[in-house]
Amino acid sequence: MDYLKRTTICAVASAIALTAGAQAALSKDLRIALQSDADVLDPDQSRTFVGRIVYASLCDKLVDITPDLEIIPQLATSWETASDGMSVTFQLREGVIFHDGTPFNAEAVAANIERSQTLDESRRKSELKSITSTEVLGDYEIKMNLGGADATLLAQLADRAGMMMSPTAAAEAGADFGLNPVCSGPFSFTERVAQDKIVLTRFADYWNADEIAFDSVTFLPIPDTTVRLANLQSGDIDMLERLAATDLAQAEADADLVVQSAVSLGYQGITFNISNGARGDNPWGNDKRLRQALSHAIDREALNQVVFEGAFAPGNQAFPPTSPWYNQSLPVPPRDIEKAKTLLAEAGFPDGLELEVQVPNSTEPLAVMQVVQAMAAEAGIQIKLTSKEFATLLSDQSAGDYTASQIGWSGRVDPDGNNHQFATTDGGINDSKFSDPKMDEVLNTARVAPGIDERKALYDEATAIMLDELNRLFLYHVTWIWAHSAKLQGFTPYPDGMIRLEGVTWEE
Amino acid sequence: MLRFLLRRIFIAIPTIILISVFVFSLQQLLPGDPLLVLAGEERDPEVLEALREKYRLNDPIPMQYFAWASNALQGDLGTSLRTNQPVTELILEKLPVTLQLAIMSMIFAMLIGIPAGILSAAKKGTLVDYTANVVALSGLSVPNFWLGIMLILLVSVKWQLLPASGYTPPAEDFWQSIRTMLMPAFVLGTALAATLMRHTRSAMLSVLSTDYIRTARAKGLRERNVIMVHAFRNALTPIVTLTALLFGELVAGAVLTEQIFTIPGFGKLVVDAVFNRDYAVVQGIVLVTAIGFIFMNLIADALYYILNPRLKVA
Amino acid sequence: MAQADLVDSPSPDPGASVPRDNRVWRKFRSHRSAMAGAFLVGFFVIVALAAPLLPIPDPAATDWGAVRKAPSWAHWMGTDEIGRDVMSRMIWGAQASLLAGVVSVGIAIGLGVPLGLVAGYFGGWIDAIVSRCTEAVLAAPFLILAIALAAFLGPSLTNAMIAIGISATPIFIRLTRGQVMNVAAEDYIEAARSIGTPTHRILGRYILPNALPPILVQATLTVATAIIAEASLSFLGLGQQPPAPSWGSMLNTAKNFLNQAPWMAMWPGVSIFLVVLGFNLLGDGLRDALDPRET
Repeated sequence: MDYLKRTTICAVASAIALTAGAQAALSKDLRIALQSDADVLDPDQSRTFVGRIVYASLCDKLVDITPDLEIIPQLATSWETASDGMSVTFQLREGVIFHDGTPFNAEAVAANIERSQTLDESRRKSELKSITSTEVLGDYEIKMNLGGADATLLAQLADRAGMMMSPTAAAEAGADFGLNPVCSGPFSFTERVAQDKIVLTRFADYWNADEIAFDSVTFLPIPDTTVRLANLQSGDIDMLERLAATDLAQAEADADLVVQSAVSLGYQGITFNISNGARGDNPWGNDKRLRQALSHAIDREALNQVVFEGAFAPGNQAFPPTSPWYNQSLPVPPRDIEKAKTLLAEAGFPDGLELEVQVPNSTEPLAVMQVVQAMAAEAGIQIKLTSKEFATLLSDQSAGDYTASQIGWSGRVDPDGNNHQFATTDGGINDSKFSDPKMDEVLNTARVAPGIDERKALYDEATAIMLDELNRLFLYHVTWIWAHSAKLQGFTPYPDGMIRLEGVTWEE
Repeated sequence: MLRFLLRRIFIAIPTIILISVFVFSLQQLLPGDPLLVLAGEERDPEVLEALREKYRLNDPIPMQYFAWASNALQGDLGTSLRTNQPVTELILEKLPVTLQLAIMSMIFAMLIGIPAGILSAAKKGTLVDYTANVVALSGLSVPNFWLGIMLILLVSVKWQLLPASGYTPPAEDFWQSIRTMLMPAFVLGTALAATLMRHTRSAMLSVLSTDYIRTARAKGLRERNVIMVHAFRNALTPIVTLTALLFGELVAGAVLTEQIFTIPGFGKLVVDAVFNRDYAVVQGIVLVTAIGFIFMNLIADALYYILNPRLKVA
Repeated sequence: MAQADLVDSPSPDPGASVPRDNRVWRKFRSHRSAMAGAFLVGFFVIVALAAPLLPIPDPAATDWGAVRKAPSWAHWMGTDEIGRDVMSRMIWGAQASLLAGVVSVGIAIGLGVPLGLVAGYFGGWIDAIVSRCTEAVLAAPFLILAIALAAFLGPSLTNAMIAIGISATPIFIRLTRGQVMNVAAEDYIEAARSIGTPTHRILGRYILPNALPPILVQATLTVATAIIAEASLSFLGLGQQPPAPSWGSMLNTAKNFLNQAPWMAMWPGVSIFLVVLGFNLLGDGLRDALDPRET
């Protein structure tokens, strides 16, 4: 073969290889590791945090939030609340179709709301309680009639209650929708192997397809934090959620990784049994001075430092200090052993007393409570830890079979979500059976108050009562920590912990 | 032979019924309302009631048992409370994974255990024998979850040679499949290798002391020939039957191994199901495993009978 | 299961009681690995018993400033995730592990041997019921059974011991039954029956002592299994609960800090290995010493 021919062949071959390579570079399958496996993939039945991460790529909702917790359009382009607050009218986005081709319109929204409210297994009923009926005003206009003013509605529609499922698929599958979910998000459902992976493929007809840079997303549940990080470092996965705070140093030292974080919307603390059943009649449930004493005995900064390397946020309210709803006039107090001892003495226990706390039997809660145990001992409070499996703990707490319980809450966008169910007399998750008419009044008014300023003032008032009564003793707020390959660009951390892939790209 | 097998199957039936009752009652006794866990954070009482109706948890326990048992006989083992997936489907999904782990572990065990056992028997009483015994016992004594953790640290984190977790079906990518299973199979295999080695050794020793072997040696056959061709062939019987039985131990051992290496097999499924109070899944898996174990026993007995027709098995 | 294997049932030798004891002891002492096993076991037992007397820090004493420190003069085995001394927790943890091993087996023997005795001697429908139940429990994988039982009873060391004990009972039922059936067929038992010896005398005086040796061997080997089972349950969060130390729960916490503090995982793992090895060697040696066939 002569020289010219060889060169030409080489050149052509390289050109083909280069373009093939370039083509390959455009397609990327993103692999994300989750802390646990999602449960049923039906937004109406779903109840896990990681399920919501999957939905962020699978199911679009009526509205979404910004990192600052403002409500922005997604499937609804605009909305207007009636002046009497008894209805909200939504303008819907046009040109959106579900993964199975069904068109998205006002009828679809109405069908979705109905399913969320009437399906037997639906967990969204309490979230949409305020909607009494829906009226389809046009192809892309729908009015929701409310039983009473509800300031929390939009926030609810920014989560699972507002996720739109294909009415055709939902009607066909009924309660088994979760085995093959059909929504209208950037990716469609391809396959799922329990405890192994959930695979979603890019939906070409997505209304915002230009913002999506990946061919597919695979979610892999990997519960062990060390193994998760090991997979990231070896390149077997591209991103992980909930990096252990103690792994921060290692991840940050790795030049190929980027670590990002956002303080969550929820809290972790100790819930006391005030009057739930016979066991509610104990010194800790009867005298708030004892609970206050415990609170003063704890050094929240040190707790955060020892257990979480300072990565989480010490807290004393239902909202983290970074939240717009935080009561700035009541900051996280420093430790005050003297005050604790004084309060104990005033309450009639100058030599201290015992406190039994039930804890879930996993590493973090146990570490936290053992540190609290050591701190409280210095004030004379002897904490006895009873560790239980989570299932048993919940059961016992609900039945009132406890004195104190280490439990938290994942948090909601709307401040009502962090308080109402826990602190009002008829609250659904009021396991303390705490009851204060003033608190009921404040929280019920805050629910329907029209303006942000009024609501803020009311929640400030509620927080002040809470910090006095301490049926929930707040300790810290989880910080969501993500670690991903440095090649992943454009990821924005959100306080709700979700991974939104719009605008996220992969640069080799 | 057929009569023998039929008799064994006949005896196995009440055992299986007992197992099913036993497993069913165990789950019902577990404290903690599964629905509270599964009802989500909000614990809507309406939903709880609806779920209870749907899964017939309000029915008296014997009724629930009969409903479950009759469904099970038709192949319907119920649905997972957590993901709504039918349990039968879940089991069929996970079975190949655990089987693959079991087979690879057995291969490791046989590759290590049998030669070690033969060597040990051949060199009985010497330092080799003694060392092999201690090494075998060491293999048994190491807690397999600790070994797994240490291996992950070294091989995956420090040297980045093998993936730390996950599973790829062999049909999808054969070599990756082997790579993901290598460490867990090794961990399980070493424990089994020890048992296998000791049994091989004792089976070989029994055979080596027989007249048959003495004759072979007297005839002047080379020692290696004696061991490998004559002795080993005869020692094969107990080794083979033991191998069949070890499958049962493998499933039990797989529980923690799968947890650590995040392998989506039976073991991991059942542990998670116990913690989530996913009744149907636990019942289904234990039932299937137990039946499998009995089946394996049957095969072992049949093999023993076939390979050694002289022996009357009581 | 991590035990050497189920024990063969050699025929007992009723006539050679006194000389046999000496022979057994002599055989045992000359068996090097058995002595090594006895030494290992003895070492850990002494450490566990001596725990309250040793000059070590309180295993629950936390120290914010010394979180996850590498082994040093101040802390010979380093500190754990909330600043507790690892060596102290190791020594106190020995108590938990050994207790778990011995008590579980005690439960298994206490339940299993009488049942096996009765089933083996009386036969008939008693035997049928006991055997079917035993097979049923045996068919369920050991660890899964233990996990379910421990979850049912609630996570604690005591409940873990009960769970393991119950799960290990079938082994002893089967073993005792087999032994009893062998012994009961002997002529001297027939002779004792014919002269009118009451049943409980026959069982207690003749059958049990001769059935005992393999049970003893199995007991030693099952202690090894039980220790690993307790560690496994604690590893899953179902055994000894913090702050009380247990090697298994220490490993459970340590696995989250493999990179930052590998010593947290090393010591408990090695200790479990050594103590289990000790029991296995011991059991092996006992079996060889008690086996009349091997000379």
